[in-house]
Amino acid sequence: MARRRTASAPRAGQGSWWAGLPGIAYLIALVLAPLVIIVIFSFLSRAKLGVGVKWEFTIQPYVELFYSESLSGERSFDPTYLQIFFNSVLYSLITALVCLALSIPIALWIATRPPKWRTLLVFLVTIPFWTSLLIRTYAFVIILNDNGPINGALTGLGILAEPLPMLYTPFATIVGLVYSFLPFMILPIYASAERFDFRLAEAAYDLGATKAKVLRRIVLPAVRPGIIAGLILVFIPALGSYLAPELLGGGKTSMIANVIAAQFGASRNWPFGAALSVMVLVLVMVALVIFAVVARRSSRRGANQSLESLL
Amino acid sequence: MRTPRGTGTSLKNFPLFGPIAAVVFAFLYIPLVFVVGYSFNSNRVVTVWKGFSLEWYADVLTNDDIQRAVMNSLRVASISTVLSVLFATGLAIGLLRMARAGRTFAWSLIMAPLVIPEIVFAIGTLALFVQIRFPLGVDAITLAHTAFCIPFALLPIRARLRTVDLSIYEAAADLGANEWTIFRRITLPLLAPGIVAGALLAFIISLDDFIVSYFLAGAGGTTLPVYIFGMIRNAITPGVNALSTLLLLVSVVIVTISYIIARRKR
Repeated sequence: MARRRTASAPRAGQGSWWAGLPGIAYLIALVLAPLVIIVIFSFLSRAKLGVGVKWEFTIQPYVELFYSESLSGERSFDPTYLQIFFNSVLYSLITALVCLALSIPIALWIATRPPKWRTLLVFLVTIPFWTSLLIRTYAFVIILNDNGPINGALTGLGILAEPLPMLYTPFATIVGLVYSFLPFMILPIYASAERFDFRLAEAAYDLGATKAKVLRRIVLPAVRPGIIAGLILVFIPALGSYLAPELLGGGKTSMIANVIAAQFGASRNWPFGAALSVMVLVLVMVALVIFAVVARRSSRRGANQSLESLL
Repeated sequence: MRTPRGTGTSLKNFPLFGPIAAVVFAFLYIPLVFVVGYSFNSNRVVTVWKGFSLEWYADVLTNDDIQRAVMNSLRVASISTVLSVLFATGLAIGLLRMARAGRTFAWSLIMAPLVIPEIVFAIGTLALFVQIRFPLGVDAITLAHTAFCIPFALLPIRARLRTVDLSIYEAAADLGANEWTIFRRITLPLLAPGIVAGALLAFIISLDDFIVSYFLAGAGGTTLPVYIFGMIRNAITPGVNALSTLLLLVSVVIVTISYIIARRKR
């Protein structure tokens, strides 16, 4: 069991807090510093030549989020980036909800198997998480393309005369996102369900509640922390996804990450890319706050536990 | 949704949950099966099956660029594994003895790479390295990977540390062992399974990473996933599948070993 301890006088042999110092220093240099740099860059001017920034304060990158400038220098409202933000949030929400719908049955099903099976089944859910995201996304390039297995089967069986274009659509992006992050939803819900005493559900059932009612009134409230943790764990990485929209959306369904990548690549507008990143961080924080308010404390525990159950 | 009752007396099975679970498992694995299956296709067009062949494996295994990418990936993954395990072991021990505020701060830093979208982390690190004029390439990638491998290395070590019976330290101290002896002779052996499991997880997380490597690769730092991405963008052949299959195989074998080690003797 987890042993809860607060810092007290060091006891022999248990090490000391300074054992963590090298790690903390490293993380400050390579996690905190990059975030700080991003915020700083977002208030600087773009370099005239090559990569990087010019050290001159401006809020221009944030203005560019909403306005575009014509060659004559006229500023006009431009919803392009707002639209991309909106799409990203929308796709991520849909992804989270689809994952939720798929995960509740499988998580509860696993939780009601005999204990020795559960470990194996959970392991089977985690394996895809540990394989390369690039390869998992590429799998859908194969599956969804015009002469891929799905279209092959549909045209081969005479259901369709022409292949149905699925690749390079928002649908493909969302399928890829669901596939990428599904384990993040199943695991926390399972972690909650595993601790739930199913005899309570049995009791309600014996007392005459229908299965649907038992599910809605007893089981789902019990796994609520897992559901909320799962929504966070899917929504946030989906929001920052680069690969699924890049390889499956085919440029037509750019999400924020693709626009950011373009600013640090061909467009060479680092300050604007930095401003977009800051907006992503703000969105992530807003999402975390919303979830935290909805969940109070329960889901943070759920999120931690599910991360640990992953390992 | 109303369900008529009376079928079965036990609640063990909500109607449809079993079949849906089966469909979800199929959804999790069938895409990978296609990746593997088409790697044996003798046709150039991945999804048009012509016949069984191992030629794509021979093709990719003898390609010089791919060999270089594999060497880069192995180098990055090994070094960042060693570094992240060292930091994570220190953090696991240190976290237990930290004051509450320090622990919260350290924990947020450790977990941040898991919460921050990877693209933001990638371009932030890129901006940092360009600013301090640290050259892009394998070393830059290694440093960045080390940071986000730390949480993966840390969790199994921490889980292991929690199972340690504290009285064993006191016994050792009472018998006259000094701090260093206790660490070497007691803490380290007890943590060993956690450390090995954490190292294996860190290794695959680094090996499989694409986005951070992509932005930090510079001219000579192409890792295997970055190379595969280029292949997907340029010309998809079953060669992509063959390489992917090999990478999948490595990941699955390593995670299975890690899992077995972490569960043993709990």
